[in-house]
Amino acid sequence: MNWGLLIQLLVNGLIVGMLYGVVAMCFTLIYKSTQVVNFAQGEFLVLGAWICWFFIVKWQLPFVVAFAFALVFTTIYGILVQVVILRPLIGEPIISVIMVTIGLSIFMQALMNWIFGTSAARFPQVFGSEKITIAGLNVETAYLMSFVLSLVIMVVFFYFFRYSRYGLAMRATAYNQQIAQSLGISVKQVFAMAWAISALVSCVAGVVLGLVNAVSNSLAIIGIKVFPAVIVGGLDSIVGAVVGGVIIGLLENLAEFVDGQYLHIGNMYAVAPFYVLIIILMIRPYGLFGTENIERL
Amino acid sequence: MSSVPYPRPCGDFRTSYAADMTLFRTRGATIAAWAGAAILLAAPLVGSDYVLSQLILIGIYGIAALGLNVLVGFTGQISLGHGAFFGFGAFASAWLGTAYGVPPLLSIPIAGLMTTALGMIFGIPAARLKGLYLAIATLAAQFILEDFFARAQWFTGGSSGAPAERASLFGLPLDTDRSYFYLVLFWFVVSYVGVANLMRTRDGRALVAVRDHYLSAEVMGINLTRYRILSFGISSFFAGIGGALYAHYLGFVSAEAFTILLSVQFLAMIIIGGLGSVAGSVLGTAFILLLPQVMQAAASSLADVFPAMQQGVAYIKEMSIGAAIILFLIFEPEGLIHRWRLIRASFKLYPFSY
Repeated sequence: MNWGLLIQLLVNGLIVGMLYGVVAMCFTLIYKSTQVVNFAQGEFLVLGAWICWFFIVKWQLPFVVAFAFALVFTTIYGILVQVVILRPLIGEPIISVIMVTIGLSIFMQALMNWIFGTSAARFPQVFGSEKITIAGLNVETAYLMSFVLSLVIMVVFFYFFRYSRYGLAMRATAYNQQIAQSLGISVKQVFAMAWAISALVSCVAGVVLGLVNAVSNSLAIIGIKVFPAVIVGGLDSIVGAVVGGVIIGLLENLAEFVDGQYLHIGNMYAVAPFYVLIIILMIRPYGLFGTENIERL
Repeated sequence: MSSVPYPRPCGDFRTSYAADMTLFRTRGATIAAWAGAAILLAAPLVGSDYVLSQLILIGIYGIAALGLNVLVGFTGQISLGHGAFFGFGAFASAWLGTAYGVPPLLSIPIAGLMTTALGMIFGIPAARLKGLYLAIATLAAQFILEDFFARAQWFTGGSSGAPAERASLFGLPLDTDRSYFYLVLFWFVVSYVGVANLMRTRDGRALVAVRDHYLSAEVMGINLTRYRILSFGISSFFAGIGGALYAHYLGFVSAEAFTILLSVQFLAMIIIGGLGSVAGSVLGTAFILLLPQVMQAAASSLADVFPAMQQGVAYIKEMSIGAAIILFLIFEPEGLIHRWRLIRASFKLYPFSY
């Protein structure tokens, strides 16, 4: 039993899992407040990373400025997508809504392949690349930064929904749209805001991932990895999304470890979450933290 | 599903339930169906090779799209794994041929049955789920099957792919597009008539009842679990048949063809054609298969003016599919078949608007 490797993998899993958690949170945010399943979440993330990369490399802007530009751009883009594509579909059956975001994801993926190319591109060094040793474990600074950033995003989310006026409006809308509207909340604004926040946070996650690895369109796979995470956590629970993300991150690395050491099947890293997903759906169709829908005739 | 009433000729009344349930509603529809069959039978004699290959592909994908429409359009279940089932049918038929020497004519229906069994297994978790959760469960099925294709050397040949022999009929080889067309046409007609007739049976009506309100359906004595799994089985059967025909048409199967993108394309076909419409599935299939080629021609002709278009052709083809899905859902959510019904009704009722 290779304890060192196991713990190293688990730490990696925790860090990656936190990022999954952040993306899962964006996903749940949109689902909870607008009842839209965003299959294009991964593409939003890649878009943010590419825009930031573009400003740094092509325009030679300093990182902070480029990052700010990317944030503004993706936020506006998120609002545009909501207003132009999803607003006409309010009240349509769920398959239409799923398909429209899938169509959007195909469209964005092809467009980004065209504009930015299919190969991966590296960011110039922003965080140092040296490794820090914590309790005998090697952790790259970039990983550590991404961990801290994920934590910060989560705390901001928590305070936003707990105390801010807009956060409360969003929670009210998620709870019941009609009642929220009768209390003077603009549901339209809330919907646009949900997409704006989600796109913005995805952009942050995308830039962090781009810094840690490299920017490429294959990062969009995170948008698919998010599904096991949100199902484990229950679709409409933001806390669940974070927990689910961490569980999936740990699970992936655990599967990798077991597979690499004992089973030698290969590729378990990518597929194990989906097996878990099916099993969880068989036992608890509403996830671990989701609310069970009780329907009446 | 249709909001446009079916325009009937004057004096054409139904006096019995049997008359109300006929497959061809009017004499015109009967004539049109036979005429369509005759044109398709004659197509290999007059059509060029290009037209023929497109017709074969539309037939193959159309069979699978019909199956998906049973699941999505009639039963109201969502599947994001149809492409993987299609692939399973293709590999199964190729495997039966190479491992056991089963001739293609026989291995195609057997592959269909094997895919049915697989679809029912994946249908079991689906029996309790609906809507979004089901979409994600079938997405998981897609990835698990993709992983299986890449791994099961004995079954799929792994990353190098599997050969599939061309079909033959009593020693007469069906190795040209012209002869293979008739094999595809046979299965296409069987599938089309089969799905159209399904709606005239108790089981078919039970499926629609599950779609319209699953709780009411259950109260009326319809076994939800049974019909949901049955629907998965039927849909996988047609996916398997389509996949097997695809394998023997290309003569070679490789796992790269059966990604999530294929599943999405199947869904796009039935949504653009019209959910719950048999003819719509075929229209949508033709649309999705021909759209990239039209876009390619358009982009190539524009390349003289904008040289950048030339290198972007592959991306433009992909983008056009995404854009078609989005635009149809926003502007024509009921699909091409709805548009066709409107056109037909306006001709029928001319010069009045209704």
